[in-house]
Amino acid sequence: MNDMPRTPAADAAAAQAAALAACWSCRGPVDPASLFCATCKAVQPPAPLDHFTRLGLPRAFDVKVPVLEQLYFGFQRQLHPDRFAGAAPKARQISQSQAVAFNEAYETLKDPLARATYLLKISGVPIEGEGAHTIHDAGLLDEQMERREALFEATDIPAVEALAAAARADAKAATAAIAAAFARGDLAAARIETLRLKYLVKLGEEARGRRARLAQGGTA
Amino acid sequence: MLLQIHEPGETPLPHENEKGLAVGIDLGTTNSVVAISREQKVEVVRDARGSGLVPSVVAYPEEGGPLVGEIARRQILDRPEIVVSSIKRLMGRGVAELEGLGAKLPYELGPAAEGGMARLRIGGRLLTPVEISADILRAVKERAELALGRNVDRAVVTVPAYFDDAARTATRDAARLAGLEVLRLVAEPTAAALAYGLDSKSEGLYAVYDLGGGTFDFSLLRLEKGVFQVLATGGDAALGGDDFDQAVAARFLAERGGEITREETKQALVAARLAKECLSTQDSWDGTLMLDSGDSDHSLDRTALEALISPFVERTIRICAAVLEDAGVSAGDLGGVVLVGGSTRVPLVRERVAAFFGRPALADIDPDEVVAVGAALQAEALTAGSDTLLLDVLPLSLGLETMGGIVEKIVERNTPIPVARAQEFTTYQDGQDAMAIHVVQGEREMVDQCRSLARFVLDGIPPMVAGAARIRVTFSVDADGLLSVAARESTTGREAHVEVKPSYGLTEDEMAAMLRASIENAADDMERRLLTEARVEARRAVNALQAALAADADLLSADEVAAIETSVEAVERAMSGSDRHAIQGAAEELEHRTKTFAERRMDRGIRKALAGRNVAEIGG
Repeated sequence: MNDMPRTPAADAAAAQAAALAACWSCRGPVDPASLFCATCKAVQPPAPLDHFTRLGLPRAFDVKVPVLEQLYFGFQRQLHPDRFAGAAPKARQISQSQAVAFNEAYETLKDPLARATYLLKISGVPIEGEGAHTIHDAGLLDEQMERREALFEATDIPAVEALAAAARADAKAATAAIAAAFARGDLAAARIETLRLKYLVKLGEEARGRRARLAQGGTA
Repeated sequence: MLLQIHEPGETPLPHENEKGLAVGIDLGTTNSVVAISREQKVEVVRDARGSGLVPSVVAYPEEGGPLVGEIARRQILDRPEIVVSSIKRLMGRGVAELEGLGAKLPYELGPAAEGGMARLRIGGRLLTPVEISADILRAVKERAELALGRNVDRAVVTVPAYFDDAARTATRDAARLAGLEVLRLVAEPTAAALAYGLDSKSEGLYAVYDLGGGTFDFSLLRLEKGVFQVLATGGDAALGGDDFDQAVAARFLAERGGEITREETKQALVAARLAKECLSTQDSWDGTLMLDSGDSDHSLDRTALEALISPFVERTIRICAAVLEDAGVSAGDLGGVVLVGGSTRVPLVRERVAAFFGRPALADIDPDEVVAVGAALQAEALTAGSDTLLLDVLPLSLGLETMGGIVEKIVERNTPIPVARAQEFTTYQDGQDAMAIHVVQGEREMVDQCRSLARFVLDGIPPMVAGAARIRVTFSVDADGLLSVAARESTTGREAHVEVKPSYGLTEDEMAAMLRASIENAADDMERRLLTEARVEARRAVNALQAALAADADLLSADEVAAIETSVEAVERAMSGSDRHAIQGAAEELEHRTKTFAERRMDRGIRKALAGRNVAEIGG
């Protein structure tokens, strides 16, 4: 180490090789994945981690929401900007970016659809956009088109509610199917079921809107 | 430098070790309340008659400064033209929106300020809602200072949960004008939950039904081991007891008949409010409307009042139902429902809430004071530290205008804050170097059905072929619910310039001018803040260095340690003075002097890490 020429680039390369960063506050070595500097206790910026790792969870679809919440609350207790109200401006700003990172991780992992979508994305099988496969989707699409048509043809609240209840039941089944597919490592199946869940959630939202419009029309 | 002479016990510059008290302020539509918490014991600041309420009413007489509170309220009957009340309803509203209210608005609108903020013509003055609110805050601040016998310059100020970015910004600006640093803007129902939750150590799901003079909020929270997590919130920023008063006043005026002036409308509203309040405890009310154009007798019974206000109450119940549905919660899942706001004293409101939720609601803490109590607790938590934590959400979705006036949502409502979302844009013409972006807030699909928050132009985009530039725009909402925007061109890494022009806000220049005009010593005020900031930063640097010395002082020779200690002493000396530049200079010198130390520490860290890895590799 001592033989290396002292240049900022060489310093950075050496630090990277050792997986170390310099603390912004005391300028000593700090593990880039740590939340606080071990030496001076200053809050550190969020590391580029996936949402599971950030919250200390295994990278798997099976997430127990109460466990997730306890972890999330624990991190926010330490990192939320309210804990840094009297701190130096830089520390306040870093605490905000940490709170943002944990909020995003929590929001993504709390919801089964967002969690499945994210897990597929980081597993290299995104459900849409660049790199997404579009095979096998035709049957799914037809099925959803039919259901949407049925929804827009429904003219009374009980009919809309029946369709919404069916969508909810199917969404539950799709979530179970996603969990099973991930558990046996079948990402292709997980992807199809996630797409199905996505359509069903959308259908549920549309049913709510339709119901609200029918209810308004009914009382007016 | 001139010697500064202070009275014994009076320090004009607070030192870090004697943290100033921060108060909690509920800036209400009808009344404002200020409270102070010490060791989680909250005291509402009261006047000689024991009232904690300062009417949010300001009178602007020709001579002398503005009058705030009861004294201003008494002026409504004699000199309605110089009195403003319910100004909170106008916070963050654009001129066009106010003109839409037209007949309902008992004020004459003047020309808008440069930033698009509406101005009212009151007693020969042109005033923005921000300036009028600042006058209320200043009076409330003085009340607290009188009670405490010391300066108060920091506060937690509450806002309706359903306030959008423009109204929140307006509230923060008003506090700044009043010489208050806002530690946090806290949503009113969240503050109320804090007051209840800490009191009863409750756990589980709670709903807060907050019907004030001008705003309605409904929030659903989870309380768990000191965490107050807002799950969903809904409301109407223009629905409250004022609507009840207006309905009653309209009935009285219709009974009278004839032309009514703007001033007479204000007087009729006073009578309507008295009638409404009386009917909360009595079955009927009789009174005389004494207007400039003559007196008239009126009577109202509770049934008639309820018929008038029922549509408004039903609107609040529909909002409750929607929020519960949003969160997938049924009324039976709730551990309790808390009532907040003076308008929840109306018996019909209590009955309808109890019927909807299937249980009587909690109102153990005075519904007029509970929000200020929660704000004071949060102010203490932010300054003295606390185990409790408030996790709030964005009340209204943020979106961008796209082709055809359609809104593309960037952040959905009920997302926990702080939040940041990045969106990538590209150019659609060769060589295009600028791009206009319009940010809106609301749930509807079309731009014109949402509230316009800000328009800005991204310029300085390096000229490229169409579609080649990648402009990453990051929208951040902080823990106060306030939006900020940053942009960056990804292919060149160049920061694009973002100038956010608030649609209905004050421009920076307007704000600066108001600050100069309102605080005689605005410059001192600014200087004092910068000084405090410099001290906090210097303290951080010294503490960080001391921690580093405790760990790695063996990396330094005795001479080096002595040199560093001399620099630390210089920083400490500068900090005890009040020359900001001297503090910053000494801190920079310290940083410079410790550069080698920092490098040696990094070297040691790297060697240790690599050695550890080699051992592990050999061992494995």
